Amino acid sequence: MSEPSPFLQLRGICKRYGGVTALDRVDFSCTAGTIHAILGENGAGKSTLIKTISGVVQADEGEIALEGRPVQFTHPVEANRAGIICIFQELSLLPTLSVAQNIGIGQQTKRFGLLDQKVQIRKAEELLARVGCEDINPRTWVRDLPLSRRQMVEIAKALGKDPRLLILDEATSALTSADVEKVFDILRKLRDDGLVLLYISHRMNEIKELSDVMSVFRNGQHIETFPKGRHGDEEIVELMIGRDMGHVFPPKPPPVAERAPVLQVKNLSWERQLDDISLDLGKGEILGLGGLDGQGQKEFLLALFGVLKDATGTIEVEGKRVEIAGPQAAKSEVLGLALVPEDRKTEGLILSMSIGQNASLASLRQFRKGLRVDTQAESERVAEMLRRLQIKIGAVDDPVSSLSGGNQQKVVLAKWLMTNPNILMLNDPTRGIDVGTKQELYQLFRELADAGTSILLYSTDYDELIGLCDRVMILYQGRIVRELSGDEITETHIVASSLNLHESSETSRNDQYLSSEAS
Amino acid sequence: MKHWRLYFKQNQGLLVAIGLFLFFYGAYSSLHPQGFTAALFNQNSNECFALVMAAMAQTIPVLTGGLDLSVGAILTLVNCLASELLGGTAVENAIGFAACLLAGLACGFCNGCLVVYGRLQPIIATLASSAIFIGIALFIRPTPGGTVNGDLAFAMTYDLNEALMAVGLSGLSGSLAWCGQIPTTVFFALLMALIWTFFKRTQFGLEAYAIGASAEAAFMSGVQVKRAKLIAYSLAGFFAGVGGLYLALQTSSGNANIPQASAYTLNSIAAVVIGGTSLYGGMGGAIGSIFGALVLRSVAFNFRVIDEQSALGFLANPLYQPLVEGVVLLAAVSIGAFWVFRIKNRLEIFK
Repeated sequence: MSEPSPFLQLRGICKRYGGVTALDRVDFSCTAGTIHAILGENGAGKSTLIKTISGVVQADEGEIALEGRPVQFTHPVEANRAGIICIFQELSLLPTLSVAQNIGIGQQTKRFGLLDQKVQIRKAEELLARVGCEDINPRTWVRDLPLSRRQMVEIAKALGKDPRLLILDEATSALTSADVEKVFDILRKLRDDGLVLLYISHRMNEIKELSDVMSVFRNGQHIETFPKGRHGDEEIVELMIGRDMGHVFPPKPPPVAERAPVLQVKNLSWERQLDDISLDLGKGEILGLGGLDGQGQKEFLLALFGVLKDATGTIEVEGKRVEIAGPQAAKSEVLGLALVPEDRKTEGLILSMSIGQNASLASLRQFRKGLRVDTQAESERVAEMLRRLQIKIGAVDDPVSSLSGGNQQKVVLAKWLMTNPNILMLNDPTRGIDVGTKQELYQLFRELADAGTSILLYSTDYDELIGLCDRVMILYQGRIVRELSGDEITETHIVASSLNLHESSETSRNDQYLSSEAS
Repeated sequence: MKHWRLYFKQNQGLLVAIGLFLFFYGAYSSLHPQGFTAALFNQNSNECFALVMAAMAQTIPVLTGGLDLSVGAILTLVNCLASELLGGTAVENAIGFAACLLAGLACGFCNGCLVVYGRLQPIIATLASSAIFIGIALFIRPTPGGTVNGDLAFAMTYDLNEALMAVGLSGLSGSLAWCGQIPTTVFFALLMALIWTFFKRTQFGLEAYAIGASAEAAFMSGVQVKRAKLIAYSLAGFFAGVGGLYLALQTSSGNANIPQASAYTLNSIAAVVIGGTSLYGGMGGAIGSIFGALVLRSVAFNFRVIDEQSALGFLANPLYQPLVEGVVLLAAVSIGAFWVFRIKNRLEIFK
């Protein structure tokens, strides 16, 4: 049986940035009508590969052929014209433009040289309906939408360009589980229509569910391409990291009957997004916040960090009632709070500043010597922290933007660990991070907890809640609907309570969910 | 309209500017001894037009996330050029007219090239080019003066009847008679607003907004960033040129006045901000800037009619006026910042 000829073929592609080889003589091809997953740790060359395919960067060596004809893309627009559309990990939406304008910006329908706004809006409505988001008003500014909705707009925008090869780079990482299902249905339909889909994700179960073919990359090299099912999970992970995986999560300590409460929250409410939340966080405990995305978890952490105005309810730290005026007060030695925010590129880091400057930004006070900063003490402490977190860097003076996503997140953590927090709040800290780094972070969180730091962890990844947390609170519409501890923390329970299903109907709805996932 | 709430939210700045203008101009015309008359309105609109054009010009680079410090200089350069070219026969004047508009466009195009191909920061590129434009203006007109055809100037700066008679038609009569009294400048302003609206609805207009909203996302969406910026700066030059041309008609002369050029530039930025355009780019529009310019002028008008015996009588003293103008400007801009108080999530302040 002859192989169908590939839609896209890369031969001997090399790409170097300065001294770093991002792609090393890569041969790669993909065939129409398949969902092709690309796997690899961060820094394996996945991003450079898709940037090369979609014309964002040009290869130093090698050739690209589309349906057998050699092509050269010098600009994303040229790739778009050839039907290669990319949904990037970094959202490519324009915040102060309307949803309809964002969807229509690539290909305009014109009437007398003017953009036809009615057509634009109608087209946006059609595309939004196609991805199951009829609830989004196409006249709304993108900036007024929550992150998960923006991602759906991004997908609608890509579909509007009539793709033949669609690249999804972590396109589902910001989505709610319900939206993921919708997107998967669309993707399968597109595959059946004969498109090629290149799919990049760090969620292994999504890849297993969706893809037909997988390619593994490591250190800029194409390691192996194989059909789904040839290798088991552990083999795939080994291919990706080139070493034995071992256990992903560190072992949990035996449950402690009574932990001394470090943080006590009572009846916390804010606007319509937080509704009467009460919880205790014990010393050395890892407390998980779960539930669907956007149920108030993020706002809860922000409220504790003093970012939200006019929140009601009481907060006690070490038994003393406190009013948290803002991040400045929250991080003080008295309160000892730290927050690793949701978006490391905007809220977590100052991308244009160096690794060292970012790391010491929250704790500069410690190094004050008269009016100036004791740079020697500062750099010693930074170096110590970078070592402790095993951050792979060239020099501390390099811009933090030069690091891979996983290492950037470690710098954010280093920044907050340098303030010696008693309570560490983490907002989805492993989003878009490779398996190896994730494992290191899990280890670190457990070590911190064992040393007495209390951790509040919001995660969109159920496995993390199950594998890492001592207790889990499930939020639904700003309320805690369920507390899970010990053996109760299972995927079944988390999924059920995330959807706020009542105990009686839980089992049947669960089966439904699981069977739809397996299909 | 089903989406009026959304419209209101997305056009707050414009609506605030219109409100402020109605307040200040209303106060002025009610304080004026003769009250609101066609002649007064005509005089006021003539006084506003050049700044309105400067403000419209400034809006477009600001929308792309840039700034144009040469708006006043282009205006001055075209003003001096017009004082050389508009003193002849009808045909010569028509050619001169076109030459002046082209000159403004060309200046803007040069700015665009500096920003796009020179890869200079807009603020420094246009600071340098503004000095060059003023230099050329001084070369054309070392001392104030020049000649402008009187009939042309009168037709362009009086009302519609005059303009119609100047081209050989009769004035309006009957039920349209009141229209004949509308100042010519108002028609020009409407024409310019129409050009703006047309631009905004073209692909280039949307692209200008897109670049200001997020240059990277615009690039990734396939926007031709360079072309869009070139067009944006060129159109800015065109609007500034129209302002300069008008100034020559209004004053019947040209004047390479450096302080005046700087004042136009700075006031144009103030007008843009009052009109609700974000200095970060991507949000706002030139219609808001028109009202921003009108607010600035209306505030100054009020000083003329203030009653010296009243509590605010000290404002009639010109020495106090810059100070008060500054305070009013600050207050006007602050209205646009009131939304900060409604914010419950402090992170949104930075967005």
